Amino acid sequence: MTASLLYALAGAVLFGMGLYGLLRLPHLLRKLLAFNIMGSGVFLVMVGLPQHRGGADPIPQALVLTGIVVAIAATALAVVLMRRYYHLSGMTTLEEPSPEQRPGGRR
Amino acid sequence: MTLWLMAGLLFTPLAWAVLTLLTDFRWGRWVTSFGILVQVLVSLGLWLTIARDGGFYYGLGGWDAPLGIELRVDGLAVTFVLLTAVVASACGWHAGVYIDPDKAWHRYFWPLFWFLWSGLNAVWLGGDLFNLYVGLELISLSAVGLVALGGKAAALRASLRYLLAALLGSLAYLLGVALLYGQFGSLSIAGVATLLADNPAPAGSGLALALMVTGLSLKTALFPLHQWLPPAHGIAKSPVSALLSALVVKASFYIAARLWLEFGATIGSFAAAQLVGLLGSAAVVWGSWLAFRQQQLKQVVAYSSVAQIGYLFLLFPLTYSVSEAVSLQAQQGITLQVISHGLAKAAMFLAAGNLILSVGSGRIEALAGVSRFLPFSLFSFGLAGVSLMSLPPTGGFTAKWLLLQASLGSGQWWWVAVLLAGGLLSAAYVFRIYRASFLERPETDRFYHPPRSLEVIPLILALLSLGLGLASEQVLSVMALPFEEAGAP
Repeated sequence: MTASLLYALAGAVLFGMGLYGLLRLPHLLRKLLAFNIMGSGVFLVMVGLPQHRGGADPIPQALVLTGIVVAIAATALAVVLMRRYYHLSGMTTLEEPSPEQRPGGRR
Repeated sequence: MTLWLMAGLLFTPLAWAVLTLLTDFRWGRWVTSFGILVQVLVSLGLWLTIARDGGFYYGLGGWDAPLGIELRVDGLAVTFVLLTAVVASACGWHAGVYIDPDKAWHRYFWPLFWFLWSGLNAVWLGGDLFNLYVGLELISLSAVGLVALGGKAAALRASLRYLLAALLGSLAYLLGVALLYGQFGSLSIAGVATLLADNPAPAGSGLALALMVTGLSLKTALFPLHQWLPPAHGIAKSPVSALLSALVVKASFYIAARLWLEFGATIGSFAAAQLVGLLGSAAVVWGSWLAFRQQQLKQVVAYSSVAQIGYLFLLFPLTYSVSEAVSLQAQQGITLQVISHGLAKAAMFLAAGNLILSVGSGRIEALAGVSRFLPFSLFSFGLAGVSLMSLPPTGGFTAKWLLLQASLGSGQWWWVAVLLAGGLLSAAYVFRIYRASFLERPETDRFYHPPRSLEVIPLILALLSLGLGLASEQVLSVMALPFEEAGAP
């Protein structure tokens, strides 16, 4: 097993863990963290895999920098939306509120 | 000349996004109307240039690939740039009247609208996999922001669901890009296609393509990954729903289609193509059935989008290992379906917004009496419905006719059943709304009458989708404009 393959496999494992968390965990903040773990996995694959072409390949590193910026923007948007959602509904999950149980904390 | 056109298409939307960020809603409307004029002129200019000189590659800022951003300007891209100019102008104009300027947070509509437009243009023109990803993310993030403009807890729940689905889709796509780059060392779609044509496909490139197409189908809301779409499109403000249904879902489909057309023949398989086609067919039937069952007017229109998107994925089986002529027919049919659905669905959402504004409720039963007192908005809604039902002479009819011929020409007769069933089911849900609106319950006119400009815009879009069937030859000739191979990398 070469080093580049090891990075790619680690990235794939991170991607899988994040995917599981994003789909299975109910809490919104945990979902967001899972998304970030998934993103890290993708970046690891992206930087790790093309390294076998005689040393490090600079292009994926530039791409990952852009990818990190995009991921931060997405995370910031998600955090803002979640905060507002919590203010309005008092909920931290995406379940539909049942009709008899009115959401608390509504302004 | 080309420099100015490219600057107009990609830079002005970004500049306008920043400009409108500094203004309130009313000022933003004025600034935006000027920007829309620029966009329409630039899009027409690009069309004229391509019609005269043929398609070309354009390195942004003089930097060529792989360091710079390379744009691929061809007939198909111009078709979509023009469609975006038409639909986005109509939605922007409608939103300027429709959206209440007195709510403080509505001023963010214009920046998000412009970021969305720049993302769309970037995707239509993008030539390499990574910049397509950036364009997609720009589209998704601004679309999520637009859905959240509703402001209520339900709107935020819908937008969060949409955001998580969109992010998951993007990451799956990006992982596919990473694997593909690891194997080919190139990000340009054309470059990878050339490498694939010369060498046998390396092991694992099938996985990369599958990941990319799966991620993009999640963003396009292909059955069974469609659950995020109806709440988001149903709860957003009507001009936003129109933008999302007409353009945003088409952006991710456009990338998936281009990937399939370039790589599908070498790394795709018959089973995969049939599977995607089957999921599309299931979307047509299941989406139409759910549209028929909805109680809220906008939910009907949103589920109808799920069904109409299903047709698009018939592209996959109808272009895999078939003759050149059949493949071309299928591509033309799908392009017409994208355009006619874009125009008709934008008209339908805008008209539905007017109807909801008039009756003061989003429920279908509340429409009773509308046909007598508000025939105008109902007429636009129905006209758009005729295109969705794909009756002649609408664009929807021509699209399905081409798809029908492609299915028979390739011997895949089973897709014909889907095309027929889809038409009948869409007739069922459109007529259900008509039936509710023709009930003559109230004797007096108790409806709010929206301003005339709100009613004219959906009518124009509906008439365009109707006229598309008559002018389909001309529209398809834009798509078929020749590509100048001299500048190819």
